[in-house]
Amino acid sequence: MSFPAPASQAARAVSDIVEGTRAVHLWGPLGWQDIRKRYRRSILGPFWLTISMGMLVGALGLLYGALFKAELARFMPFLALGFIFWTFISNLISDSCRVFINAQGIIEQIDLPLSVHVCRMVWHSLIVLGHNLIIFVPIAIAFLIWPGWTGLLIVPGLVLLCLNGAWAGLLLGLVSARFRDVPLVVDSVIRIAFFVTPIIWMPDYLPSRFRLHDWNPFYHFLEVVRAPLLGEAPSLVSWLAVLGISCLGWVGTLLMYSRFRRRIAYWV
Amino acid sequence: MQANLQLEGVCVDFPIYSLAARSLKKTLLHRSVGGAIARDVGNRLCVRALDNVHLKFEQGDRVGLIGHNGAGKTTLLRVLAGVYEPTAGQIWRTGRTASLLNISLGIDPEATGYENIMVRGLFLGLTPAQIRERRAEIEAFTELGDYLAMPVHTYSAGMRLRLAFAVCTCDEPDILLMDEWFGTGDAAFVDKIRRRLEDFVERAGILVLASHNLSLLRRVCRTGVLIEQGRVVANGPIDEVLDRYDSSSG
Repeated sequence: MSFPAPASQAARAVSDIVEGTRAVHLWGPLGWQDIRKRYRRSILGPFWLTISMGMLVGALGLLYGALFKAELARFMPFLALGFIFWTFISNLISDSCRVFINAQGIIEQIDLPLSVHVCRMVWHSLIVLGHNLIIFVPIAIAFLIWPGWTGLLIVPGLVLLCLNGAWAGLLLGLVSARFRDVPLVVDSVIRIAFFVTPIIWMPDYLPSRFRLHDWNPFYHFLEVVRAPLLGEAPSLVSWLAVLGISCLGWVGTLLMYSRFRRRIAYWV
Repeated sequence: MQANLQLEGVCVDFPIYSLAARSLKKTLLHRSVGGAIARDVGNRLCVRALDNVHLKFEQGDRVGLIGHNGAGKTTLLRVLAGVYEPTAGQIWRTGRTASLLNISLGIDPEATGYENIMVRGLFLGLTPAQIRERRAEIEAFTELGDYLAMPVHTYSAGMRLRLAFAVCTCDEPDILLMDEWFGTGDAAFVDKIRRRLEDFVERAGILVLASHNLSLLRRVCRTGVLIEQGRVVANGPIDEVLDRYDSSSG
C-alpha cells in the first residue's frame, strides 16, 4: 500500500484553519457550554452579564458625565457602546492568549484542527457581546437614538472585529503557549489601552493637538462598530486602519502558524 | 474504510524550557526510567521520548504497548492519535480514530451525565443528531440509569470511567487508542470493557492498548510492542513480548 506524500506545513496550516472554521457543529455548542458552565445554578444565568454591564454603564455614565460636564444625551450612549465593545475586544485579546493553554487537555488527546479552539473563543465572545448589547436598547430609547440605515454598517464592522479576533487567537495563542509571560504582558497593555482609548472620554474633550488616538488601533476598532450604532458612519481612516491591520495580522499569523503550528501540542 | 497505521523512523523530542533544566540535566543523565536526554540543533536540552520508531499496524491488529513508566507509551499513543507531529520521521494513518487517553476529557463536573455525553460525543466528531441516536445504547452500556440526569461530580471514579468508555466506543471507530485507566472499574465493568474491545477487534479495526495489566493484555491483544527509553525493543506475539518484559523487570 502506498501513501501520499505529506503535505507542506503551510498547506496543513491553511487546512487546519479551514477545517476548524467549518466545524460549527463542534465550536457552536462548546461556545454555549462555556457560557452555561460559568452561570450554572444561577437563576438569571448569562443575563448577569447584561445586568452588571448595565450597572457599570449607569454608574460611570453619571459620574463621568458630571466630571466632564458632558451632555448626558451624547455621552451616555457613547459610553455604553464604547464599554460594551471594549469588553468584547479586550476579552478577545486576553482569551486569545489562553486559547491553546486552556484547551491543553483536548489538544493532547484528540487530533482536532487547532483553529477550532479559536472559533470557540470568538463565538463565546460574540454570545457575551449579544447579552451585553441588550443594555443599549433602553439607553437608545431613553435618549431617542435611532441609527437608521447607517446602523447596518455594524455588520461589516463586527465581521472585521471577529476576523481580527481569529488571527489574534491563533497568533497570541501560539506565542503564549511557548512564552508564558505573554498573557501577563498583554493583560497589562490592555489595562493601559482602556484609559488611553476614547471609551470613558470623548475624543472632542481633548485639544486638537492631542489627537493621539488617531494612532491608536483600538480607537479605530471601536469606531467601526460604535459609530454605526450611534447613527454615524465611521471615518475612512478608521475603515482603512482596521482593514490594514486585518491584512497584516493575517499574513503574519499565517507565516507564524505555518511554521509553529505543529509545536503547539508540545508546548501546552 | 481500511484502517492502517504506519510509522517510519519516528522521533519525538521534548524541549525543556524551564530554567531548572540545567541543573536537572545532571540528575537526569544517570537514571533508569524515562527517555534519552540529548541536545538539539539550538543547543536546547531535549528529552528524546521516541527514538527511530518503525511500526506497522493493519486491520484486525490488537496491539499491547508495554514498558516501564516514562518509556514513551503515552507519547507513542499521542503520535498515533495525530496529536504530536513527530520531530523526525513520518506517520501515515487512515481510518477514523478515537483516542481514550484521559477519561476526564471535556468532562464538566457540574453538568449532568447526559450533557457530558453530548460534549464528549462532539469531540469525537459526532453531530448532535448522531449522539441523540446513540444515547439509548450509551445509557444501556453505562448501567448508570437515573444517575445520568445528575451532575457528574456526584459520580465515583468508576462511574466516570463507565460514562467515558461508553461514549468513546459507541461510534465504532476504525482505530481505537487507549491508555491504561482501568484501575477504577469494578471487575464486572472491566469484563464488559474486555468484551466490548473483543467485539471491536472482531469488526477488524486496529486496537492499541497501553497497560500494565498483563493479564488483560494477554487476553485482549495478539501483538505486543515493548518500549524502553523511547525505542521499540521487541515487537511480536504478545506472549513472547510479555515474557521478555517479565524477565527484564524481574
